[in-house]
Amino acid sequence: MTTTPMDGGQALIRALENEGVDLLFGLPGGAILPVYDPLIDSSIRHVLVRHEQGAGHMASGYAHAAGRPGVMMVTSGPGATNAVTALCDAHLDSVPLVCITGQVPLAAIGTDAFQECDTTGITMSVTKHNFLVTEAQDIPRVVKEAFHIATTGRPGPVLVDIPKDIVDPNSPRSAMEWSDEIEMDLPGYDPNVEVDPAAIAAAADLMRAAERPVLYVGGGILKARAAEVLYQLAEMTGIHVVTTLMARGAFPDSHDLCLGMPGMHGNFTAVTAMQEADLLVVLGARFDDRVTGRLDGFAPGARVVHVDIDSAELGKVRRADVAIQGDCRVAIEALIAELQANGLGDADRGAWRSRISGWQERFPLAYEAWEPGQALKPQYVIERLRDLSPDDTIVVSGVGQHQMWASQYWRFDHPYTWINSGGLGTMGYSIPAAIGAKAGMPDRTVWAVDGDGCFQMTAQELVTATVEGFPIKVALFNNSYLGMVRQWQEMFYEERYSEVFLSKDVPDYKMWAQSMGCEAMRVDDPDEIDAAITKANEIDDRPVVIDFRVMAEEKVYPMVPAGATNSDLVVPPSQADLSR
Amino acid sequence: MNVAGPDYRYHTLVVTVENKSGVLARVAGLFARRGFNIESLAVAPTDDDRFSRLTIVVDLESAPLEQVVKQLDKLVNVVEIRELHPGSAVERELMIVTVEAEPDRRDELVEQLDRAGGKVLSVGADRMMLSLVGPPKRIDEFEDLLRPFGIVELQRTGRVALPVLDEDA
Repeated sequence: MTTTPMDGGQALIRALENEGVDLLFGLPGGAILPVYDPLIDSSIRHVLVRHEQGAGHMASGYAHAAGRPGVMMVTSGPGATNAVTALCDAHLDSVPLVCITGQVPLAAIGTDAFQECDTTGITMSVTKHNFLVTEAQDIPRVVKEAFHIATTGRPGPVLVDIPKDIVDPNSPRSAMEWSDEIEMDLPGYDPNVEVDPAAIAAAADLMRAAERPVLYVGGGILKARAAEVLYQLAEMTGIHVVTTLMARGAFPDSHDLCLGMPGMHGNFTAVTAMQEADLLVVLGARFDDRVTGRLDGFAPGARVVHVDIDSAELGKVRRADVAIQGDCRVAIEALIAELQANGLGDADRGAWRSRISGWQERFPLAYEAWEPGQALKPQYVIERLRDLSPDDTIVVSGVGQHQMWASQYWRFDHPYTWINSGGLGTMGYSIPAAIGAKAGMPDRTVWAVDGDGCFQMTAQELVTATVEGFPIKVALFNNSYLGMVRQWQEMFYEERYSEVFLSKDVPDYKMWAQSMGCEAMRVDDPDEIDAAITKANEIDDRPVVIDFRVMAEEKVYPMVPAGATNSDLVVPPSQADLSR
Repeated sequence: MNVAGPDYRYHTLVVTVENKSGVLARVAGLFARRGFNIESLAVAPTDDDRFSRLTIVVDLESAPLEQVVKQLDKLVNVVEIRELHPGSAVERELMIVTVEAEPDRRDELVEQLDRAGGKVLSVGADRMMLSLVGPPKRIDEFEDLLRPFGIVELQRTGRVALPVLDEDA
């Protein structure tokens, strides 16, 4: 076995290259300095961010869009703590991400040294796993293990903390021998699971017998690259599909069997079909509280088939009649084969189909028409963005009302075209994540749908977008409020508005965007919407920001109030008197 | 995966982990953030120095055993988890205790100690230090027995456990 002498910093960069890393989002600092030097000679492109949280969300957007792990690199102390929000975000949404952090030299660990923090301790609960590397010789193995853990099983973020002296060529501790033969040493980690054929047969039996079945589809479908087999399963069985906030696009919205998004702001038919179902076939979803509403009233008559790669999700929230641990693609393929072999059954679903189409007719997504003198209708802006942008546009959302409207009113017909912060609900996610998505899919149009509260949290990454050449487009839904909180205060706190008003005119978003190198527009009049969007879609040499002045009073409907069951879904006022 | 019947409040898990720094923190942190309660915990290296063994007694009022086991199993450093059902495991615990032992009560104390199978570790003017190894229930009983003498200080290790051997083992 031949080995090459090198220092730990060189070994780290080489190990990243070995993993196929082409892009690295990061920001250097004292402890990580020695790794930034060999980076100059590497084929890896580094994107210099303006805040480490941005690097994390960029890595996440990249991973979602491109289907490859996102990689970030930051320094010790504040560099690492600034990354924590992005790590937690990726953890809750199962995004494969590898984060390299600098650390103070080994001898300084535990002494409260300058820019020292207990990075592995702090990030233990927000990563799938983390490592503190103490020997330069271990760097290639740990990097390999980190990518393996991040991308297999249920994906997630993995952090590798690197003390400065094992990568600094001036330190004797950095000397190591590179070998191309790298053996992982993970005796407690085995992501391979075999799907149990008996469970598949039991699931198929339930599907054959069900008169009111629903496929409840979550983000796991996208992680498993299973959208195509899901399509096959739905077409073959004729069972309707709901796609959760993390799974929008996993099944085409324009398909007759697609009922859209379930949950707190799901559409009436998706929510009600789950409530009335006699069978939920749950594929890569986890009964999140935003989907179930009050748990004891959720889908009371439904039996449950639950497929998840993470066995801890099976039975965690809702007992499954048939629990199947496994990769969604493998499990769906097995289900399809079983149903092909043993038939689809002859359950009569005619009545169920007509109930569903009745709900769809009576309770479509709806908002009141714009009237002269009003600010823009945010739902209408989404509809125009949708209709004037390419079919395969990637939409990357922040968190709040605009996120829900984007999820509701866009028409997602392709997987990996919708990226958002579902689990953690991280305001400020959209701009950096959109940059990451554009970096991963440079030929695609990428629209960030953002709110004014969100925009002010991470807007500085538009500087990164301009300087590094990522021409994303930002639709800023500016209602001068923290809109979702305002909605709750209006509906549940007797219109007592507490600390939700931002400011009508400060900052001037157009000037701010221009100062960051963006093309910027402001739209107040519905007649100007189309021209602004068309112009934005034609610009491809710099980022664009459109400041849409939207109505503050507009609310997201339907809505399941906190603590209510999904049967108590509040519909828009125009549908309130219709019989359900 | 076997799960104890509802009549058992406590359940013992014998968990083999990689012998690496921070592993105990990962296990303790998992229990804390998921709201699982630990009744007792004993940690020591195994005969293979790559691994340590944790004996964790879990309070099943706080969480179903199945969730505890599955979440523990997700920790990358956890290599193996064995569930020991109460009644099919040999459990032992060590107690050392300092008690008030005026000369006139000392015979009585030693007699109790002998009956329980304990040992005298140290003798002072008015106090004695004793030790007892046994099943946790017997340690509890002996502790109650000592209470009237006056317990000055008491330390228990938490239990360690292994499964009862099959006849043909």
